[in-house]
Amino acid sequence: MSEAIQVHPEYNYKVIRQFAVMTVVWGIIGMAMGVFIAAQLYWPALNFDTPWLTFSRLRPLHTNAVIFAFGGCALFATSLYVVQRTSNVRLFSDKLATFTFWGWQAVIVLAVITLPMGLTSSKEYAELEWPIDILLALVWVSYIINFFGTMVIRKVSHIYVANWFFGAFMITVAVLHIANSMVIPVSLTKSYSIYAGAVDAMIQWWYGHNAVGFFLTAGFLGMMYYFVPKQAGRPVYSYRLSVVHFWALISLYIWAGPHHLHYTALPDWTQSLGMAMSIILFVPSWGGMINGIMTLSGAWHKLRTDPILRFLVVSLSFYGMSTFEGPMMAIKTVNALSHYTDWTVGHVHSGALGWVAMVSIGSIYHLIPVLFDKPRMYSIKLINVHFWFATVGVVLYIVAMWMSGVLQGLMWRAINDDGTLTYSFVESLEASKPFYFVRFLGGVLVVIGMLIMAYNVYRTIKSDSKEQAVEPEAQAV
Amino acid sequence: MDYATSGSIYTVLVFVCFIGIVWWAYSKKSKAGFDEAEKLIFDDEPQQNNRESKVDE
Repeated sequence: MSEAIQVHPEYNYKVIRQFAVMTVVWGIIGMAMGVFIAAQLYWPALNFDTPWLTFSRLRPLHTNAVIFAFGGCALFATSLYVVQRTSNVRLFSDKLATFTFWGWQAVIVLAVITLPMGLTSSKEYAELEWPIDILLALVWVSYIINFFGTMVIRKVSHIYVANWFFGAFMITVAVLHIANSMVIPVSLTKSYSIYAGAVDAMIQWWYGHNAVGFFLTAGFLGMMYYFVPKQAGRPVYSYRLSVVHFWALISLYIWAGPHHLHYTALPDWTQSLGMAMSIILFVPSWGGMINGIMTLSGAWHKLRTDPILRFLVVSLSFYGMSTFEGPMMAIKTVNALSHYTDWTVGHVHSGALGWVAMVSIGSIYHLIPVLFDKPRMYSIKLINVHFWFATVGVVLYIVAMWMSGVLQGLMWRAINDDGTLTYSFVESLEASKPFYFVRFLGGVLVVIGMLIMAYNVYRTIKSDSKEQAVEPEAQAV
Repeated sequence: MDYATSGSIYTVLVFVCFIGIVWWAYSKKSKAGFDEAEKLIFDDEPQQNNRESKVDE
């Protein structure tokens, strides 16, 4: 990655290239880890009776790898790219950018080492122990300074809406991470939360749900507001709507956390408030989704020829689906059926694989040729093949989990006339088993798609830009 | 002031702010600025063209 091939000397593309390539690498590793633990649920012998290969230790590794390594790298790449391009100025500091990249990779490597060892704070999506949390906070602050510093020195008067979403995502994640990671360390590898009881649970899910709301939503909406209009070649459907979308989304999301704690020791009024706010959240979510999809109005034909655009638009469809499903599952009576079942797992993956991964993949396919100075990706046809592997894989996954989840919920609540449970837990496990195989199959398809992407990205980067383009763009369907 | 009162005042304030934002976003005055802003993503296209012309050389 020498500076010599850089054709935009005023932009820092080096850090973007690093993050873009690592997005693909961590995507493969994180998703393959998911497929492995999915296989363990079907073939339990796959833990080989080794503690660090057990589901309990590898599951947090999977979630950290896909959310923070894959999703994180995609967010760093796109946000630092978009802020430069829409501010018409080079990054505020190249040194901070280098620190952000290597610091973030260090955090991921430390996670890969410590989580299988069983070192965990046991807080979901915040499992890393305190020394890693401190490093993560430092990296994050360097990222915030660089991003906002770049906006301060911008050469244009407006701040494009994507940067508002990216900015909100960064600030909120900093607040969430620092507040939820407040611990009393007792050794280098062990600490205890400073919060106790139901307060600790509420802080955890205030963090957990807003990790979804800001890390996995606001950040990726920033991506959507740049790459969908850019790839479609037309401005966003309604800029006004995007402004209202931004303020509505960020003022509502923060209240939805209690729906993770329905029917627990959390005060009842807090649960009901969380439920009400979660239902209202449907409105800005769909406002944003419609704004993204309608950007294509008058240009729908582009979907026939452009698989990158197809990735972006289908990601928005999955976003719409999961932001309808989410508020519905937050309703207490629905939650009584769905909570602790595979339905939740299906919901998360329709958001994570359908929305987050697909919008990232589409954006990375857009970015790679620009960053490495190539006219287009090595093969448009392979992007299309990847698209179908990803789509079929996600659909198999979520349909299997819906069926398994509803089945579990119904079996767990079934009661005989004398008040005893109709089914034992192991009977519901047996009923779910076929669906676990379908889930595994869906995951395999998604990973194959990522491997195709890696090959395509590799060939694009290595190709001589004059000789490449194995097929004309218009032909590929 | 107890928690319920301060919470109610805060809720009303946030609601008023939000209505203000909607009113501002849809006012005629903001239109010109938004029209400029939404084109920002295409404004550095010349560089894109440089890139492509460079490939054609």
